[in-house]
Amino acid sequence: MASLIPCPHCGVRPKEEFAIRGDASLVRPDPESSDETWNDYVHIRANPRGRYREHWQHVAGCRRWLVVERDTFTHEVFSVTDGSVRAWEIGR
Amino acid sequence: MTAYRLSAGGLVDRATSLNFTFDGQSMKGLAGDTLASALLANDQMLVGRSFKYHRPRGIVTAGASEPNALMTIGSGARTDPNTKATVAELYAGLEARSQNSWPSLKYDVGALNGLLSPFLSAGFYYKTFMWPAAFWEKVYEPIIRKAAGLGRAVLERDPEAYEKCWAHCDLLVVGSGPAGLMAALTAGRAGLRVILVDEGFRHGGSLLSETTPIDGEPAAAFVDKALSELATLPNVTLMARTTVFGWYDDNVFGALERVQKHLAVPSSKLPAERVWRIAAKRALLATGAEERPLVFGGNDRPGVMMAGALSTYANRYGVAAGKLVALFTNGSAGYRTAADLAAHGIDIAAIIDSRADSTEVAPFGTRVIRGGSIVDTKGRSRLSGITVERSGFEERIDCDAMGMSGGFSPVIHLACQRGAKPVWSETLKAFVAPDVGAGLRLAGSAAGLYALAACLKDGADKARTIASDLGLLTSAAHLPAVGEETTASFTALWYVPGARSKAFVDFQNDVHAKDLGLALREGFGHVEHAKRYTTNGMATDQGKLSNVNAVGILAGMQGVSPAELGTTTFRPFYTPVPFGALAGTSRDEHAAPKRVSPLHGWAARNKAVFIESGLWYRSSWFPRAGEKTWRESVDREVLNVRENVGLCDVSTLGKIEVFGPDAAEFLNRLYCNPFLKLPVGKARYGLMLREDGMVYDDGTTSRLSDEHFLVTTTTALAGGVMSHMEYCAQVLWPELKVRFCSVSDQWAQMAIAGPKSRLVVQALVEDDVSNAAFPFLAAKAVTLKGGLKGRLFRISFSGELAYELAVPAGYGEAVADKVMDVGRMHGICAYGLEALNVLRIEKGHVTHAELDGRVTPDDAGFGRMLSSQKADFIGKRLSTRFGLTAADRMQMVGLKPVEKDKDIRAGAHLLREGAKPSTLNDQGYVSSACYSPVLGQFIALGFLKSGRERYGEKVVVWDRLRGEETLAEICNPVFVDPANTKLNS
Repeated sequence: MASLIPCPHCGVRPKEEFAIRGDASLVRPDPESSDETWNDYVHIRANPRGRYREHWQHVAGCRRWLVVERDTFTHEVFSVTDGSVRAWEIGR
Repeated sequence: MTAYRLSAGGLVDRATSLNFTFDGQSMKGLAGDTLASALLANDQMLVGRSFKYHRPRGIVTAGASEPNALMTIGSGARTDPNTKATVAELYAGLEARSQNSWPSLKYDVGALNGLLSPFLSAGFYYKTFMWPAAFWEKVYEPIIRKAAGLGRAVLERDPEAYEKCWAHCDLLVVGSGPAGLMAALTAGRAGLRVILVDEGFRHGGSLLSETTPIDGEPAAAFVDKALSELATLPNVTLMARTTVFGWYDDNVFGALERVQKHLAVPSSKLPAERVWRIAAKRALLATGAEERPLVFGGNDRPGVMMAGALSTYANRYGVAAGKLVALFTNGSAGYRTAADLAAHGIDIAAIIDSRADSTEVAPFGTRVIRGGSIVDTKGRSRLSGITVERSGFEERIDCDAMGMSGGFSPVIHLACQRGAKPVWSETLKAFVAPDVGAGLRLAGSAAGLYALAACLKDGADKARTIASDLGLLTSAAHLPAVGEETTASFTALWYVPGARSKAFVDFQNDVHAKDLGLALREGFGHVEHAKRYTTNGMATDQGKLSNVNAVGILAGMQGVSPAELGTTTFRPFYTPVPFGALAGTSRDEHAAPKRVSPLHGWAARNKAVFIESGLWYRSSWFPRAGEKTWRESVDREVLNVRENVGLCDVSTLGKIEVFGPDAAEFLNRLYCNPFLKLPVGKARYGLMLREDGMVYDDGTTSRLSDEHFLVTTTTALAGGVMSHMEYCAQVLWPELKVRFCSVSDQWAQMAIAGPKSRLVVQALVEDDVSNAAFPFLAAKAVTLKGGLKGRLFRISFSGELAYELAVPAGYGEAVADKVMDVGRMHGICAYGLEALNVLRIEKGHVTHAELDGRVTPDDAGFGRMLSSQKADFIGKRLSTRFGLTAADRMQMVGLKPVEKDKDIRAGAHLLREGAKPSTLNDQGYVSSACYSPVLGQFIALGFLKSGRERYGEKVVVWDRLRGEETLAEICNPVFVDPANTKLNS
């Protein structure tokens, strides 16, 4: 895991200030969607090696939910954006 | 007496004598000594006993790789076990004790293990202590632990202070030998923010024992000049007594600074040690190279040392390890040591050179045995001679110390801590660092350069490259002129054949060459397997001296190159780091801060017994004179609430204020029950689900105005619910116009419950609180008599007529005192968490004991709260899935023992009468239980398959933990006032 996370609101901060939720690529399905779609959303997780987008919350900082794009193997952090930006992007 | 202080030379202060003790014996050293150099100066060659065979052991090195000279230093609570004497700085009054010997260092009983050594081979523990299994814990392990004595941690509380800090720099230079020092000078002059770290108490590294002149002066003078220049540069920070122990992501380094470990009387204003996290744009490892021991028969006898260590003790500390010294070498380094020692007037017995065709020149008059090897050593607890073999002829040579030099291994530990594997270099006959990118580079001996001039130049060059990487142009550095040097070279020699006695590879863990052979024969030839099987490299030194030799031997036996075999994995820490330093200031209340309610003082005045609940200290019960057990107090409190009135502190509940035009819509999506039409001035009980349909948290939410709500959460999930709401608002529904913030700490909240509560509340507030004006679930801002603004909620956890009064936290205690004053005439009592729990169980109200993450709203009896009108809410979709709606799910029920004097406790399982206890027969479990003073018997809440259809049936409450079985009747979980007449009165 990275040691330092560049928070878009607070600057570079130590990872201890953040809490991790998991896969940020998941989009909450429509309530009418099938059992399978909802099962995938709630229960099924990939554990990829390589690039991964995750939701991290800056708990001890601005308290914003962020999308951290990082490499699960090299721990390189490619980008950190505000979670709502991502939410608007996917049209919700 | 053979080891002694030389009459002149060295960087010790001969005018400052320091007294210290070793195993109770008084000794003298000099300022500038390490404990090891001072022990040698006192001719203390024997310093410890080995781990397995309890063999006598002496000092081997002059640095951090020391495997033998582990000491317990200090006294009382200020005792540090396993401290390397070779790096411990001597101070006046230092108390050192040897380890792993009983009854004394000289006469050690455990040495009998040496006689048993045929039975103590590699894998011995695995093979011998396998059976019977029960013996392991009771017999074998305690004995092994007693015998395998490294130092012992003391049990007293650590009186030292520790702290953790961050540092930031452009360039971190690790090591201040020739390469590090030149790098710091070059980068510092170029204007980079530089941190120069050295593990020693004096900067300079190998330059402090270097005899080659630099710029026509002694190397130590060059160091002094460089340091005084660095001290004038504001952009350079010098850190001595600091070990960089780890390399972490984003070029953050962990370092341990021993701030006051070298002081007899540490200042109370400073920490003993500091852990630094250094965020460095670039780092340069100038960590030098480690001289390798030679693996020959009897190579562990006290007096056998690394050749380089002999030079260091003589050149830097002015100490000779012996009067007549032999050297065993496979390269030029042994000759260099011979020259160093000869220059101090120490006699050289012989140089035994494993190479037949070497051309190095020995000091005048020194005997050189080329193509020779040592097959055994003589002496009891210290060296008296060696047996040398050449071309089949053997010869005994007398000596009282000897140096061995088996070539060099660059110290690349840090560079390999993040997954990159070391690379075998056939030219250097050593593992070198892999390319790990621009963030971390190596210079000097750490990069495989062994000549002084080359190291100085490499440090300067690498610093210039880094400066230009970071956009700073530097002119070519002035390189100091270096006197004549011999070229360093050696021929690999992993194992010296013909050993007459044990040839040790790992001194600290007593692994000898034959153990590695056994590992290979038994199928543990892989380098990682061999390590675990033989324990080679697993001691506190982590194989700093032994690993490369072990790899060489294993590779040789398998007929492959060390490149093919590879090495074991490098992990932080480079050297051990004390737990105290890692904890830093996070101990006691700084590790687990004590959270107290704004009413804590009030509770304490009313003689509350407090209980830790998470970080909170909550009032548990309020004993009165004459009450002998907690139950007596709790029963009284419960009955008083049911009959009169009580005051309970409920300030620890989470409170979140929610604002905005979409606040109602937001809450409507967050809770499973509807919130859009909640009227202003009303509270409503709400259930939050997880997306998988299980209950997450519960609490009341009040609408204070159209666009302003107050959410309450359980104490335990106050933080979790806040985060969850933030996720929903920011990520799921950013289009909703809603804002919220936690006000948990801003309000003191007290429950005033009981049939007489209205009398008490009306006496306190200006507003009308009659049933008509302020009915059940009313929630409004009120004015207290005297003008204080507060909030009043008609909600009830106890099932009684009850109010919760909230006031700004700072007023909490004063208002609570006033409530007690006003309530005295109505018989008010303070009641605590225990009574609250009894009251809510009697009323069938749930807590997280029921809502444990496996429970749906319907399981807990809230099925009707699940809104079918709402298009969506968190958990809606999966609430309807198969399995969550099954008829035989466990549903919440009440339980009463059939025999009134029996008790039930939480955690017990429920079985049909006559059924055998098994997972298959499990019918449910007890979630909460208490003695109900109202019913005069134990009652419980539990979850039972199809429970709501089974009221009146009997089940067995099976309590395996206490070995009890109790027959109980299933009933409605609301034991008290099921019609809610009290609540609504």
